[in-house]
Amino acid sequence: MTREAGGSAGDPRAVAAHAVEVRDFTKRFGQVTAVDGVSVDIAQGELFGFIGPDGAGKTTLFRTMVTLLVPDAGSVKVLGRDVVDDLWELRARVGYMPGRFSLYPDLSAMENLQFFASVFGTSVEAGMSIIEPIWRQLAPFAGRRAGALSGGMKQKLALCCALVHAPDILFLDEPTTGVDAVSRREFWDLLDRLRAGGLTIVVSTPYMDEAIRCDRVALMQKGKLLLVDTPQAIGDAYPRPLFAVRATDRLGTLGVLRRFPHAAAVWPFGEVVHYTDARAGMADASIIAELETFAGASGVDDLEVQAIDAGIEDAFMWHMMAQEGV
Amino acid sequence: MRSFIGFVRKEAFHILRDKQTFWIMLLMPLVQVLLFGFAVRTDVYDIRLAIVDPAPGPASRALVEQFNASPRFRLMGVYASTAPLEVGFREGTFRQAIVLPSDLDRALVGRAPVPVELVTDAADPNTGSIMQAYASAILQRWHGEQVQRAGGVRLDVAARMRFNPTLASVNLFVPGLIALVLTMVSAMMTSISITREKETGTMEMLLVSPLHPWAIVVGKVVPYVVLGFANVLLVLGAAREVFGMPLRGSITLLLAESLLYILTALALGIVISTRADTQRTAMIAAMAGLLLPTLLLSGFIFPIDSMPAPLRVISNIVPARWFLIIVRGIMVKGAGITTLWQETVILAVQTLVLLVVGARRLAIRLE
Amino acid sequence: MSALAIDARGLTRRFGDFTAVDAITFHVAQGEVFGFLGANGAGKTTAMRMLIGLLEPSSGSATVAGYDVVRDAEAVRRNIGYMSQKFSLYDDLTVQENITLYGGIYGLTNAQIAERTRKLLGRIGLEHARKELVRRIPLGWKQQLAFSVALLHQPRIIFLDEPTGGVDPITRRRFWEMIYETAATGTTVLVTTHYLDEAEYCDRLSIMVDGAIAAMGTPGEVKGAFGAASLDEVFLRLTRPGAA
Repeated sequence: MTREAGGSAGDPRAVAAHAVEVRDFTKRFGQVTAVDGVSVDIAQGELFGFIGPDGAGKTTLFRTMVTLLVPDAGSVKVLGRDVVDDLWELRARVGYMPGRFSLYPDLSAMENLQFFASVFGTSVEAGMSIIEPIWRQLAPFAGRRAGALSGGMKQKLALCCALVHAPDILFLDEPTTGVDAVSRREFWDLLDRLRAGGLTIVVSTPYMDEAIRCDRVALMQKGKLLLVDTPQAIGDAYPRPLFAVRATDRLGTLGVLRRFPHAAAVWPFGEVVHYTDARAGMADASIIAELETFAGASGVDDLEVQAIDAGIEDAFMWHMMAQEGV
Repeated sequence: MRSFIGFVRKEAFHILRDKQTFWIMLLMPLVQVLLFGFAVRTDVYDIRLAIVDPAPGPASRALVEQFNASPRFRLMGVYASTAPLEVGFREGTFRQAIVLPSDLDRALVGRAPVPVELVTDAADPNTGSIMQAYASAILQRWHGEQVQRAGGVRLDVAARMRFNPTLASVNLFVPGLIALVLTMVSAMMTSISITREKETGTMEMLLVSPLHPWAIVVGKVVPYVVLGFANVLLVLGAAREVFGMPLRGSITLLLAESLLYILTALALGIVISTRADTQRTAMIAAMAGLLLPTLLLSGFIFPIDSMPAPLRVISNIVPARWFLIIVRGIMVKGAGITTLWQETVILAVQTLVLLVVGARRLAIRLE
Repeated sequence: MSALAIDARGLTRRFGDFTAVDAITFHVAQGEVFGFLGANGAGKTTAMRMLIGLLEPSSGSATVAGYDVVRDAEAVRRNIGYMSQKFSLYDDLTVQENITLYGGIYGLTNAQIAERTRKLLGRIGLEHARKELVRRIPLGWKQQLAFSVALLHQPRIIFLDEPTGGVDPITRRRFWEMIYETAATGTTVLVTTHYLDEAEYCDRLSIMVDGAIAAMGTPGEVKGAFGAASLDEVFLRLTRPGAA
């Protein structure tokens, strides 16, 4: 603990080196272990993403970080404060946007904002300097009931409500779920601006393609972290040669590639099929040649194979298979 | 303080914007007063009466005169024998008959009780007993006068209406109605509005704020205190304007006791909301756990004295029971705090216990 | 009978002065996987309701599975299946109860239901969970089950509404492989979604903007036409012309 007495909420810099420290955190609900021995550090000023499907344990982890749940084992510290012992101090300094936006549909956008400002003992005017870039897009709809706003607008309003008290750290649990592609992109642009202002942002998402917008990501599956790194490093660390395979008969191609003796993983991937060869260190050209020959012998003669760099989704699947022995 | 005002404002918006619910909350008490007052009223008018008087004399003529003067009775005829009664009752021409003895004048000065027969159509037992009571009251009065004049003895039709000589049932149902309305507005609506925040997830946002859950609950509850109080005034006003119901005791005391009961009901609502996770659960719990006991076990509809012993014991924990005694005491008997302090203390203790239970269950986290 | 599973010509729907769907013309071939894309409010839902006979077009016409959507709405509905991730199965019924209920709605005999249940559960490997409550089975399986149940009455066309939201990448791919297998048997699959990476899995797709179809073709063709690297980018240019 770097600070004891008199630690008022207004001084974000004078805290521990890590904005978040999770140590061997485990949380069970009855028979189900929602989070299983997770450890991770998040640095000050980082835009950190937890990426994983529904049921991976993201929401449980987020609720614990914002002091709403108590760990069954391990510890969770935010801004150097324990989420169990220093509950009240943390609550004044944390910004949180829960999974379902959580607005009052019968209040107008402005009334929602005013209410959440008052809950944190501040006012919209006092918080305006922080939320201004977001509120500017919302201002034309200030008088509209929150229930009548579009998904993207609701999401931005919820972000304003979570930010209006100038928190030192922001937790966003699946902020882009149920929002259209363009609004998602705009939302991430907003997060970029907030991070540029020095705010630590912790975000969760089930969408793999959003990982590249984070400084670092943790891939999460069934309550465990598969790995934690920068999006670039996660792709670079893909341990085997990876190819994009294109052919007219997608379903047939999947079958043929899976029968290839050296196939390690074969998955449809949008328009193409991603093929991972089990042999590390082999030249791409010779693998391509082998594949084309094999496919031709199986009746698929329009195979186009191209060596590619792995993305987050490829890495996620690779580690999932390793974890589960799929 | 800023957050408290923010809360009250927001809660007021919720109430005012849900127009349907708002008007129901406001008008329901009025509609109920009118319903109970006109449709469900236990007063009986236009009782078709036959009098059998085998030997007309001054005394029996005086009786006929009194029944004729009462607005509750319509005298269908005075007969010399009981012969027309059988058919009259069967066909519904008569609902009540009084059979006087053939030696009435002599009996009034004699020593033995005067044998007056009172026959009532009790197909509807409630109405029957009320008709009987009205008739007995008139007989009683008439007998008193006759005896003074004749210096004779007793008449054995005993029925005395204390405190409620006009027998207006509005005095009986208004206190119960106040309890019922407050239970609905205060207990049911607060528990629903708190669980709604749980359901929509906004409770999660509120819990993460530096506000203590108590502040959240108080902020949410205050507007319902106001609404409940407005309802009390509405019911009282309607009872007075439309039915001319008297208020014999102190209005200040009555309002203070109502405020206490509003707090009781709110505490009940809070206790429910700490347990229920959905609005539907809260609603069912409020209906089954509060509304029905208020209706059935408080003495509102069924007199507590006529309940089986186990229910009588259970009725002790129904706060409405004590509130009912208090309100009836103030309004009908003009009682003051010196007579009602025991009931007030019981109600206050119940409120305190409920608040403590609610407070202990109020979670500062999601689990 | 036409070889086209869906044939819409100038399909239009107006609500007062507001034109929700503005003369859209498109067709989907038998056995095709077609993506029907658009932002919320672009007219996707209205178009879809007209195609399944729930809403009458203001003008234009459409046939689905060879039946006119206005004159033969009943026949259209008998020949289509529908699955949405959120509403398809009853959580508080068992797997078997859900299947029986659905089979009953479509008038299958008990023998047919029993036989198809066996095949269906065998195909997705859920035989052991026949008596489990649906809420107890994992999301990935639930999706595959919902899809299979929507196919129980062997519809010619199946409508999928955002079918793979929220699942892990492997489960998602298994689901798409199921879709491909279904399409290979001649069933047409129409996927409505606003997740563009999901659209990349379709054979062809259309993007609706403000009630009209703004782009149509294979994912490669659409990206090519806009010189964009991803459908995301295409979508951004179509919906926020000033932004990119």
